Amino acid sequence: MKNDTPVAVLAAAAPANMLPPPARKFWSHARYVLSDNPVTMLAAGLFAVFVLLAIAGPWVAPYEPLATNVGPALSAPSASHWFGTDALGRDILSRVIVATRIDFVIALSAVLASFVTGGLLGACAGYFGGWLDRIVMRGCDMVMSFPLFVLAMGIVAALGNSVANIILATAVVNLPFYIRVARTEVNVRREAGFVEAARLAGNGDARILLVHLVPNAMPPMMVQVSLNMGWAILNAAGLSFIGLGVSPPAAEWGIMVAEGAGYIISGEWWVALFPGAVLMLAVFTFNLLGDGLRDLIDPRRRT
Amino acid sequence: MLLLIARRLLGALPNLFGIVVITFLLTRALPGDPAAFFAGPAGTQEAVEQVREKLGLNRTLPEQFWLYVKALGSGDLGQSLSTGQPVREELLTRLPASLELVLASLLFAVSIAIPLGVAAARRPNSWVDHACRLVTTAGVSLPTFFTGLLLAYVLYFLLGWAPSPIGRLDPYLTAPPTITGFYTVDSVLAGEPQLLVASAKQMVLPVLTLGIFVLAPLARMTRASMLAVLSADFVRTARASGLSSGTVLVRYALRNALLPVITTMGMVFSFLLGMSVIVEKVFAWPGVGSFALEALVASDYAPVQGFVLTMAVLYTLLNLTIDLLYVVIDPRVRLGT
Repeated sequence: MKNDTPVAVLAAAAPANMLPPPARKFWSHARYVLSDNPVTMLAAGLFAVFVLLAIAGPWVAPYEPLATNVGPALSAPSASHWFGTDALGRDILSRVIVATRIDFVIALSAVLASFVTGGLLGACAGYFGGWLDRIVMRGCDMVMSFPLFVLAMGIVAALGNSVANIILATAVVNLPFYIRVARTEVNVRREAGFVEAARLAGNGDARILLVHLVPNAMPPMMVQVSLNMGWAILNAAGLSFIGLGVSPPAAEWGIMVAEGAGYIISGEWWVALFPGAVLMLAVFTFNLLGDGLRDLIDPRRRT
Repeated sequence: MLLLIARRLLGALPNLFGIVVITFLLTRALPGDPAAFFAGPAGTQEAVEQVREKLGLNRTLPEQFWLYVKALGSGDLGQSLSTGQPVREELLTRLPASLELVLASLLFAVSIAIPLGVAAARRPNSWVDHACRLVTTAGVSLPTFFTGLLLAYVLYFLLGWAPSPIGRLDPYLTAPPTITGFYTVDSVLAGEPQLLVASAKQMVLPVLTLGIFVLAPLARMTRASMLAVLSADFVRTARASGLSSGTVLVRYALRNALLPVITTMGMVFSFLLGMSVIVEKVFAWPGVGSFALEALVASDYAPVQGFVLTMAVLYTLLNLTIDLLYVVIDPRVRLGT
């Protein structure tokens, strides 16, 4: 990891054997911060379980998620169907497990897309300034002048109802946050000593930007990513709850809650409760992880 | 001060322009041929041509944009295919329902979040602080549609405290005469306490659902900014001067701590307006959100676009109000510029 404080620049110039290996330093620091906050450990554990389910879901699920009448319709949770069955007699536990993958794929690809695009756009805007900066920032303001969920709705409605468009819409509404972080981080270092040095050594703009400036913007960007993941999942599930994106027979948490919504009034709570609770747990995990990562990377914002 | 307000109003104009540009782009990005969409599924070739002519789709993009702005200027948002009504009328009649919901939720969230945040900041690491932390972390993780259903199950099905979670009013009651469009306010104006109670009861579940969601960022911000202010020198001085703890807390600390909280209101409004769509669907609330969703299901795009535009304009206006509020609360803003 690059660092731009004068001391660190000097230290980096010193012989390498005078310093502890950066990797080990990072891990001991991580252990120190984590030992103070066991909740983050718990979140990391939960995250590992979710990732495992996303990868191995179809093999772990006890029943076929789309198969109807694997049990009596609308039966309450029991030993053979832990989460009960829905109106078509599908096993809810299996559907909840299998849905992990699609929800994670949507959230991850949306966040990744806005991370890469927003990072590059913001870095260029912060580095070159001028008209590019003005256009990019004006674009940000335009997106930010909509309530985000409403804009996402509008985009999916206009471009067509598909998973790819859900990802695109989620990525677009998150773009301004990444652009702003990257722009600020690059802008404050544009005239820094190490950048001047790199320029004098004959590096071109592209190289300075990508090798010397962007890595410095990474830590706050990563924090943004982890804080954003939970919101991305909520957004995707919310869109499919209102009938956009993933279409019904498929197992997805938002749709499953929507399917169970009608039964909650008549007392069949398990149809909506389990997918909703798992969705909540996933978002909760991401938010806790995000807080933990922020503590790790940016001690000043520790609360 | 008037000059400042005027400047803020002018500052919102580029925002409005941006909103119009984006909604225009969304209109033109409709899958396939927009003319075919607006002519409806039963539209003949001739009808499609007519719509194309009417919408100006055979012209250049800047010309189309000009036509679009002109139509907006005269308040024309197009026709809804499914109801046959002008979109503007539908939106206007339904807007008060949504606004009533959003404002009541905001009121609820603020009245819980600020005392909670203050109490947590006063005694860090006490049980209040832990409760506050739990609420703020859990609150932002809650999918609104899920909390809504959960509350309906517990409060209506299990306990029977809340009325049937459908619509704004019991079907056997008639709505009060429309003055503001807010049922609660209208029933007070009409002097019908029974209606006031009925409509307020109907609002409990949706307002709780929306309120819990936006409570979290508000409480979190109040706590953080209160903590910062309470450790400031001027608070120490005020305490040392022998002012009562209540005066220090409210007059000195809270007034300063509220500024960043008001800034987060922008984000809170974004959440509120967005999530109100979902809450309206869950509770069959006849607002603009459920109108847009019904249209969306029927592939009726004019209402959806009118809805997106309305929400964005509403959001801009709310943010503008916050800006003006800032001018009123913070003398530094007034004198500084």
